[in-house]
Amino acid sequence: MSATTSPADTVSHAAATPEKEQPYAALGLKPDEYLAIREILGRRPTSGELAMYSVMWSEHCSYKSSKSYLRQFGTKTTEKMRKNLMVGMGENAGVVDVGGGWAVTFKIESHNHPSYIEPFQGAATGVGGIVRDIISMGARPVAVMDALRFGNIDDPDTARVVHGVVAGISFYGNCLGLPNIGGETYFDSVYQANPLVNALAVGVLRHEDLHLANARGVGNKVVLFGARTGGDGIGGASILASDSFSAGGPTKRPAVQVGDPFAEKVLIECCLELFQQELVEGIQDLGAAGISCATSELASNGDGGMFIELEKVLLRDPTLTAEEILMSESQERMMAIVTPSKLAGFLEVVKKWDVETSVLGEVTDTGRLIINWHGEQIVNVEPRTVAVDGPVYDRPVTYPTWIDALNADSASRLARPTTASDLKDQIFRLIGSANLADKRWITNQYDTYVLGNTALSFPDDGGMVRVDEESGLGFAVATDANGRFCQLDPFQGAQLALAEAFRNVAVTGATPVAVSDCLNFGSPENPEVMWQFSRAVEGIADGCMELEIPVTGGNVSFYNQTGDVPIHPTPVIAVLGVIDDVAKRIPSGWQDEGNNIYLLGVTREELDGSAWSEVIHGHLGGRPPIVDLAGEQRLADLIRYGNEQNIISSAHDLADGGLAQALIESALRFGVGARVWLGEILERDGVDVATALFSESTGRVIVSVPREDDVKFQGLCEGRGYPALRIGVTDSRDTFELQDVFTASLDELRHAHRSPLADRFGPTIGV
Amino acid sequence: MRIGVITFPGSLDDRDAQRAVRIAGATPVALWHGDHDLQDVDAVILPGGFAYGDYLRAGAIASFAPIMSEVVDAAGRGVPVLGICNGFQMLAEARLVPGAHTRNAHQQFIRRDQKMRVENAGTSWTTAFETGDEIVIPMKNADGRFVADAETLARIEGEGQVVFRYLDVNPNGSLNDIAGVSNLAGNVVGLMPHPEHATEPGFGPDTPAAMSSGTDGLKFFESVIGAFVTA
Repeated sequence: MSATTSPADTVSHAAATPEKEQPYAALGLKPDEYLAIREILGRRPTSGELAMYSVMWSEHCSYKSSKSYLRQFGTKTTEKMRKNLMVGMGENAGVVDVGGGWAVTFKIESHNHPSYIEPFQGAATGVGGIVRDIISMGARPVAVMDALRFGNIDDPDTARVVHGVVAGISFYGNCLGLPNIGGETYFDSVYQANPLVNALAVGVLRHEDLHLANARGVGNKVVLFGARTGGDGIGGASILASDSFSAGGPTKRPAVQVGDPFAEKVLIECCLELFQQELVEGIQDLGAAGISCATSELASNGDGGMFIELEKVLLRDPTLTAEEILMSESQERMMAIVTPSKLAGFLEVVKKWDVETSVLGEVTDTGRLIINWHGEQIVNVEPRTVAVDGPVYDRPVTYPTWIDALNADSASRLARPTTASDLKDQIFRLIGSANLADKRWITNQYDTYVLGNTALSFPDDGGMVRVDEESGLGFAVATDANGRFCQLDPFQGAQLALAEAFRNVAVTGATPVAVSDCLNFGSPENPEVMWQFSRAVEGIADGCMELEIPVTGGNVSFYNQTGDVPIHPTPVIAVLGVIDDVAKRIPSGWQDEGNNIYLLGVTREELDGSAWSEVIHGHLGGRPPIVDLAGEQRLADLIRYGNEQNIISSAHDLADGGLAQALIESALRFGVGARVWLGEILERDGVDVATALFSESTGRVIVSVPREDDVKFQGLCEGRGYPALRIGVTDSRDTFELQDVFTASLDELRHAHRSPLADRFGPTIGV
Repeated sequence: MRIGVITFPGSLDDRDAQRAVRIAGATPVALWHGDHDLQDVDAVILPGGFAYGDYLRAGAIASFAPIMSEVVDAAGRGVPVLGICNGFQMLAEARLVPGAHTRNAHQQFIRRDQKMRVENAGTSWTTAFETGDEIVIPMKNADGRFVADAETLARIEGEGQVVFRYLDVNPNGSLNDIAGVSNLAGNVVGLMPHPEHATEPGFGPDTPAAMSSGTDGLKFFESVIGAFVTA
């Protein structure tokens, strides 16, 4: 049955039939939201308008529960934070000036729910969506990263999700020709029926190439190009359809989008050529809410009016209704605003790349977004009411009843190992635990080489990419979040994620300059979740203010829960850094024998929420480690200065698993052994051996220093007042010796570290 | 010397191949899949990627690209042609080199720094090597498993057309550990690993000396440049 044969629900029909019942509830709108739409329009909405409002006013598109909190990212800023920010919150992605006429744009976004239902396509289209956000800014995408959280590694369903998600990211990212330069993977039963797939993309552009999503210039053409529009990714459209057609209409269509990376690759090259020839005025990608979102946002950000003939949209499936076309989330599509005089040039470029294109309409000065369907007006709205002035909720916030008891249950009561054999046993259990294990089973499936500019990637602390082949100018990125810490204290947990990502960028030799965040939480209708959210946002905003690096954009994902149980609050923080020459990058592992190993920072008894408390005792309670952002800043400055003096051979951040994990990772990175002693740490910091090895105190990094630079390095640390202790020396033997505790071959450690994923998901290829 | 690099809509490592040509001291020339024009280049590179999306067998459609008729002619005249990864698949589909490629035996995409042995230092792209040299070149593919019937295998082994063989790990289940092959004349070479990603210190595979410092791929380009200079 074809939609064109049925009477469309036109604006005049809607005005004449105010009593018609509409399936707003099934589309996710609340009764008062529906009434608000009727009030805005002065009549009932047409089914097309209802489709648009319902998707654009959804939590995902409108940020209605989070908006009032996210404003802090704009208000808690300083002059320094705004100085290099070319585009901030609210656009498709933030843009940062990195010098030399270059800019970097980056953003992290969630694709959690689709990735549980259909892991392969969910994850693949997550990559595709974030990459289109980057293109929309006028940038060439140059790298991707992903922050993943899965259920318990031993749950049978986890393997299904892991295989699908990793294959989806691998397939889509590799086919796009974008190096995957890092990310993180955690396993925890709180993510069992709600994995988190957060995809990050980075793009680079010259300042003059910056493009924004706005529709300006009356008479300019509105052009849709890329893949054809199909029935995939339509959330509630089948409800509208079944309301219009009692039988024989389109039936349930997949709510998960299907990705075609080849189409997106061609779209990237096509867009870059359009930008280069200056053929587009404004551009917007089609992501969530498809054409509804693109038309209403472009119009809102521009001169305010737009006229579209919807039947001109090229379709994969000719039976789609107007409402479905408005809501479809088919991938690999873009919408551009083109001046009439440049349309021929535009069409020439898209033809060269074999990209299908249709001119849908034009920019007007009516102040209305008007959409016709075969000559009949089915949408007539003020675009801002759809895209910008959606509902804003001040959701109830309640301090969780359980949190005081949780905070009181400290890990300090747990038995700590004291004998050499117990310590060794626990170190091996930790490095072989799901979250601390080597992740090359995953990362070996990602291309890191393509584009030829990758300076660092996993398992280094941050990924690093060269931007300018002449000067060596580059950027570094790292993502972090520790849901366990956030469960104990969302404010501090969010700041811990910020501190760790900041430190991870600093140890590469880059200077942190900006933040993007992906805020994954449970239901906003749960007041305790809203408390977690409010605290986490406050923590990030305050922390960024203290570090003086701005939040440039990101995304909020609510309703992440298994049954009624929300996930641990998981605010994933991505920090972007700049380095003037990637040749100066700092490796994360030891490369040479005879280097002195230093521990920077002090170790406190901070085992609450640690990997040790989880792996050895299955415990979560107490208070997360102290955050000292000013200290992190001084540490970053020290590393940068030492690196400029060329006296640092390697630097590796201490985080999950503490010192033991960091030392073993440093040894295994390039297969260089070491002899390490803990005596001075125990004496200076007054802690026991287990605490020295497993505490997750912040502000700590291990660095290796060539022997001849030893005096200089010590002087540097003393001069800057940063605590430093020489705790070991690298050597030429293939062993790692922790004095008075154990000596193990690197092979033995490697085996323990690499086995967990391979044991569950199949052999790691190529090792 | 001018070395052409053909860009297909889904080419991914085309600019990397151009960069490698430049680093090695020749002039890269960008060629377009839809043209019937090799612009009089002295050698041709088919880069890695996904040509036209590889919805069919990898390289199958690309082997019928407009420019491929010129490549086939040039190969017949003895012009050096190098097919890397997807380019290797195209050469095989175009019957310019023996064998074919299937999905990796383990069914996954694999990226690793791959050790190989140079089995024939007499081809246009390997004269800067010694036969028996062991080199490390990055590889990254999903459909990289080299296959051929027993008779073909025996013949190419006998004729010295096996140019590179995987060492230590066979990363994709290729028969006889074959990583790369040539035509009988030796001017057309195809291989799965990516020599263009081992040409610039700091961006190549790790070596015992330093992180990312491997440049074993340079000799591919130096081979063809050396022959051109002395010709």
